[in-house]
Amino acid sequence: MLRVEGLHAHYGQAHILHGISLEVAQGEIVCLLGRNGAGKSTTMKSIMGLVPPSAGCVEFDGRDLAGRPAFEIARAGIGYVPEERRIFTELTVEENLAVGRRPAPAGMKPWTPERAYELFPVLGEMRRRPGGRMSGGEQQMLTIARTLMGNPRLLLLDEPSEGLAPVIVERMATAILALKREGLSILLSEQNLVFANAVADRACLIETGQLRHTASMAALMADEAVRARYLSV
Amino acid sequence: MTAPVLEAEGLRKSWGGVAAVDGVSLSVHAGEMLALIGPNGAGKSTCFNMLNGQIRPEAGRVILLGRDVTGQAPRTVWRLGVGRTFQITATFGSMTVLDNVRMALLSHHRRLFSLWRPAALQYSAEALAALARVGLQEQADRPCAVLAYGDLKRLELAIALANEPRLLLMDEPTAGMAPAERAGLMALTARIAKQAGIAVLFTEHDMDVVFGHADRILVLDRGKLIAGGTPEAVRADARVREVYLGGGVH
Amino acid sequence: MDSLIVQALNGLASASSLFLVAAGLTVIFGVSRIVNFAHGSLYMLGAYLGWTLTAHGPLAQLGGFFGFWGGVLLAAAATGLIGAAIEFLLLRRIYRAPELFQLLATFAVVLIVQDLTLLIWGPQDLLGPRAPLLRGATQIFGLRFPRYELFLICVGPVMLALLWLLFHRTRFGILVRAATQDREMVAALGVDQRKLFTSVFALGSALAGLAGALQLPREAVNLHMDMAVIVEAFVIVVIGGLGSLGGAFLAALLIGELHAFGILIFPRITLVLAFLVMAAVLILRPHGLMGRKPSGLPPASIASPPLPGTPKWLAQAGLVALVLLLVLPPFLGDYTLSVMADMAMMVLFAASLHLIMGPGGMASFGHAAYFGAGAYGAALLAKHLMAPMEVGLIFAPFAAGIVGLVFGWFCVRLSGVYSAMLTLAFAQIAWSTAFQWVEFTGGDNGILGVWPSEWARGKLVFWYLSLALCGLGVVLLRRVLFAPFGMALRAQRDSPLRAEAIGIDTVRVRWVAFAIAAAAAGMAGALFAYGKGSVFPSFLGIPRSVDALVMVLLGGVQTVLGPLFGAVAYTGLQEQLSRVSDLWRLVLGFAILALVLFFPGGLAGALRAREERA
Repeated sequence: MLRVEGLHAHYGQAHILHGISLEVAQGEIVCLLGRNGAGKSTTMKSIMGLVPPSAGCVEFDGRDLAGRPAFEIARAGIGYVPEERRIFTELTVEENLAVGRRPAPAGMKPWTPERAYELFPVLGEMRRRPGGRMSGGEQQMLTIARTLMGNPRLLLLDEPSEGLAPVIVERMATAILALKREGLSILLSEQNLVFANAVADRACLIETGQLRHTASMAALMADEAVRARYLSV
Repeated sequence: MTAPVLEAEGLRKSWGGVAAVDGVSLSVHAGEMLALIGPNGAGKSTCFNMLNGQIRPEAGRVILLGRDVTGQAPRTVWRLGVGRTFQITATFGSMTVLDNVRMALLSHHRRLFSLWRPAALQYSAEALAALARVGLQEQADRPCAVLAYGDLKRLELAIALANEPRLLLMDEPTAGMAPAERAGLMALTARIAKQAGIAVLFTEHDMDVVFGHADRILVLDRGKLIAGGTPEAVRADARVREVYLGGGVH
Repeated sequence: MDSLIVQALNGLASASSLFLVAAGLTVIFGVSRIVNFAHGSLYMLGAYLGWTLTAHGPLAQLGGFFGFWGGVLLAAAATGLIGAAIEFLLLRRIYRAPELFQLLATFAVVLIVQDLTLLIWGPQDLLGPRAPLLRGATQIFGLRFPRYELFLICVGPVMLALLWLLFHRTRFGILVRAATQDREMVAALGVDQRKLFTSVFALGSALAGLAGALQLPREAVNLHMDMAVIVEAFVIVVIGGLGSLGGAFLAALLIGELHAFGILIFPRITLVLAFLVMAAVLILRPHGLMGRKPSGLPPASIASPPLPGTPKWLAQAGLVALVLLLVLPPFLGDYTLSVMADMAMMVLFAASLHLIMGPGGMASFGHAAYFGAGAYGAALLAKHLMAPMEVGLIFAPFAAGIVGLVFGWFCVRLSGVYSAMLTLAFAQIAWSTAFQWVEFTGGDNGILGVWPSEWARGKLVFWYLSLALCGLGVVLLRRVLFAPFGMALRAQRDSPLRAEAIGIDTVRVRWVAFAIAAAAAGMAGALFAYGKGSVFPSFLGIPRSVDALVMVLLGGVQTVLGPLFGAVAYTGLQEQLSRVSDLWRLVLGFAILALVLFFPGGLAGALRAREERA
């Protein structure tokens, strides 16, 4: 479904991605793992067109999206949930969802605010609350719900568990698995190995802007040497 | 042991009611390489910016060479002997490599408001010497905008060293560099620090760099120091392992 | 007491119009991050279109009620369409350009609209119709108060409410609010920003057009409405906070009332009062009453290569030129000599602006203030103290430098657009002081009889004097540029972060540069005054500030010699143009647009690029 090949990206002169290649199949959850600064977020932003790739291809459903503006990539069916959440703090929950709303492709059950409130009931209890007055966990749910309103087929989830209390992290894992059951493909980035293991099918380990290792989640959990090499201190 | 170059006591700062840094105390000694690490959002940048004067702490003190510099502006802190490099290099793009260092020297000698004598005639030898220290003398006359990123990082180091600082603050010194060049820059930094007795405090994501070059490591998580000590001790620390590998789902 | 109530009501009525204009400006800025200098032109167009449409529009034959109100609404809609066209044809191409170019492009639109309006509607003031149903006056507290003013008082809050509904109850409005906070995220959610920007421009322009058309029953439509309103709208938007509607409303009330009561107390300096309030607000709250620090991408800066030393061929060419300038003049006519003297002054004027714009990285849209300060400084000295030219020429740079220190103190503390708006506001204040303080400055009649001393009256001697003083000024500026101070100036432009980290007090460096540039401009201004034998408020006018900007940009910001080329080319061009055509603003406007769109590096930049390619 998504195929990334030889992706390079720069911030000004700083060379962040040194040729990342990866694939996500239909209905699969792939997790980018690596320490912070490894290039996980930049990979996501680069796929989304927010940090335009300096080289490489981003193929989605057979169509090359590299270098396209972000809004076209979103309309092609990729939804992006940024690490910093970036909800519109002056807009209410309802209004945040309204910004994300886009027509669903044929044959897909469209997302509505009501369906989003079913997935995250806590949002349904605060429809009129401005985003700026929500807790970190609530904001994280809102940013995912907002992206879902665009009816994406692939979700880019950048560190959804970061900075959240353990209970909320658990709820987040449940929600992600529910989305997977609906047939959504997900590219996830994480530093929390336990969380990644709970939701992902496959792992791609990234270090200094390069893909170092890829394995099924189960294989990775069994391989202590690799984990220590790329993830621990 | 001699008195520390930099001492911070009970630093605290919160953003919108959430404590980003909560009671951090640390000290760095002359010639020592101290690494400050931690997962995302641990408060490293906030901590760093308080030491440098970019952010005023809500509580706590920063003491440089026995002098209280809490909340002083970066330019004042620099005059007291603190050099700084940035995560994304900050250099003067419209100047040559040599002029970048010359600028720092002119400022050090308080010649900034001199309006008459051409700058090109001043401190050339000193600037060249500073470039030679980081191995950039060959590139002295090139515009800094055309340097490779690794060379820019070394130029930043030369600028930071221009006023003979007692403390060097390096925010992710190897970020954005090709992996192969990273060790070289850190080895260079360590060598200069040992020779000149400069205390170095740096944050870094690349664990090879941290464990390869730090004399001591402090681990920050959710605004608090959770571990500190030699690289071996930190590597063996169970709590450090936990914050780096995460937890919460059972 | 009674008159106070009437004044308060008058203030509220003006506040409504000001709010409409400022609301459009602030909404456009919020989403596009462009400060639209042409917003006042849209207001003026609204008034002219309203004048035509209420009399001759499709609804006009219905007469009376529909004729008037239909005409007003149609004028607003038509202005909205014009605004959308400007966005679509011009601004869309320069969203990623440096701020300075965006400001200049909208400035070009101001010039073009002025001449087009003049062409279509002619130079005379036009009196609009009275509003049906709202003629006459009403008794309030036993005082007669015009009904139309009462209506206007209601328009402000009603429009605020309507806009509030638009921004909270429609998807378009929600997208606008979201984009004001985080454009990139809105795009990542699949919203096509281009359409959003065009529609926001249409909305903001329509508001300006509506405000203009609603002025018809109050005042005659004239060609000065654009500049008068844009300066006030800037003041309001800056006080309220860029991008904040509520802030604009509050600030409009504040300024409206300040005007109403200021006229009672200090009739001459109402603009100065408004400005003082703005300065106070900006010192206490640098982002305005209800504004917040703009997030998002930092503005693109103009990339600058290192300053080159003077190549040998250029030094030789310069020497040849200098010899020619010394040897040839005795064989030239008086007219040519005075044009050449003007050129020399313009070179110094442009070079002084270049110091703060190029190496300093600050935009000044009001550099004429310092040119004028020098000219008026010398002229006032001559008029009130009978000072000879020699004294005037020594005094002028100090006078201008002090004005630069005072104005600059504020300007260098603000960033980007705020700073640019402030420079413009200061220049307008200087202009209105010269214009309104008739007893001291002679007002519109200026000060006559500012002649050079006996020995310098001949055109030839005056040319040599101009060449010597302007040449000296340019050489000094160049010296400063290559001295440590000039380096520090470039350092703070290239990287404020690094500059502060090596002990450079960036604010102070900018401030001193501002004062030096002002002093040099003042010298040029004083010479200009003696050359013409008189000074007029137009010496400080916006067109003269624009002249300086265009000269610098025409020559190229990044090069040291740019202003020299730019000033000579521009002054020569203008001289020729004004002889062959009355529509110099139109031509100039299109020339600026061409410059911004196709030659952002300027003449010297293009020359150097060619040299590098060769």
